[in-house]
Amino acid sequence: MWQWFHKLGSPKWFFGIATRLMPWLLIGGLLLLAAGLVWGLAFAPKDYLQGNSYRIIFIHVPSAFLAQSIYISMAVAALVTLVWRMKLADVFVKAIAPVGLVFTFLALFTGAVWGKPTWGTWWVWDARLTSMLILLFLYGGVIALDRAINDEKSAARAVAVLVLVGVVNIPIIKYSVDWWNTLHQPATFKLTEKPTMPMEMWLPLLLSVLGLYLLFGWLTCLRMKTEILVREQRTRWVKELVLAGGK
Amino acid sequence: MAFDSLSAFIVMEGHGPYVWACYAVFAVLLGGMMLWSAKRNHSVIEACQRRYEADAKTSAQPNRNASATFARVEISQD
Repeated sequence: MWQWFHKLGSPKWFFGIATRLMPWLLIGGLLLLAAGLVWGLAFAPKDYLQGNSYRIIFIHVPSAFLAQSIYISMAVAALVTLVWRMKLADVFVKAIAPVGLVFTFLALFTGAVWGKPTWGTWWVWDARLTSMLILLFLYGGVIALDRAINDEKSAARAVAVLVLVGVVNIPIIKYSVDWWNTLHQPATFKLTEKPTMPMEMWLPLLLSVLGLYLLFGWLTCLRMKTEILVREQRTRWVKELVLAGGK
Repeated sequence: MAFDSLSAFIVMEGHGPYVWACYAVFAVLLGGMMLWSAKRNHSVIEACQRRYEADAKTSAQPNRNASATFARVEISQD
């Protein structure tokens, strides 16, 4: 167990694993996402209440899922950075914060466009929407703070503290639809209960969620590899690797 | 298919603009992020390659300043 943990901390070891995983993540992700979206757009039945506008769910829910999962994984990595000073954990936070920002923006944007035909408004200051907007600002803050501090170690520690403070927002996002009266509908996916949607809507949604997670995995590997190359370019293994073609 | 024709699929009973706008922005941002990340990875590798090659060139050249000579110089006392 501990050997595995130490290996995970080695950039060289990670680089090799990521390189081997990436083609599978990319192909699997693209196939699942394409299948889920085509199914959802063209073949799933229309919603009896919302009509066809509900088809936005097939990108809205996966984006919102990732926006939150990315933040949670960043918080775990931040804790590892602070406690064990593991370099790779900081590389992870730095590599995926912009990805989290993009998915949070996508969740907000698709939600706003979905809101117009469904609620009659692009935006309301209700609990779910506002807490998601705060998540967007948190991602922006993490990226800005990291760029503002030149020293790598100080930046890693400051960013880790900010990420951990912001994690309080995650349960607020999750339970906002239960705690307060919001315009936003309750959760679509519940692990403990049977889905409330019919199968023909739920399955394509599941496919696109899984597909987007795999593509996120691909993005994580690629962006972490880039960051490792930048940081470790003076080491011998990076030099040998780059001169051999950089794979 | 949930739609009778291609035009019905595009119009989506009036919801077409909302649905297609979302899918377009999603595709552009996700695809853009993937391409941009791949491009940056490539440019970092190229920058490293150039650096290593430049290093190799400078170390291959004989460096005249660094090598000290210990030839004995006889100074004439005449």
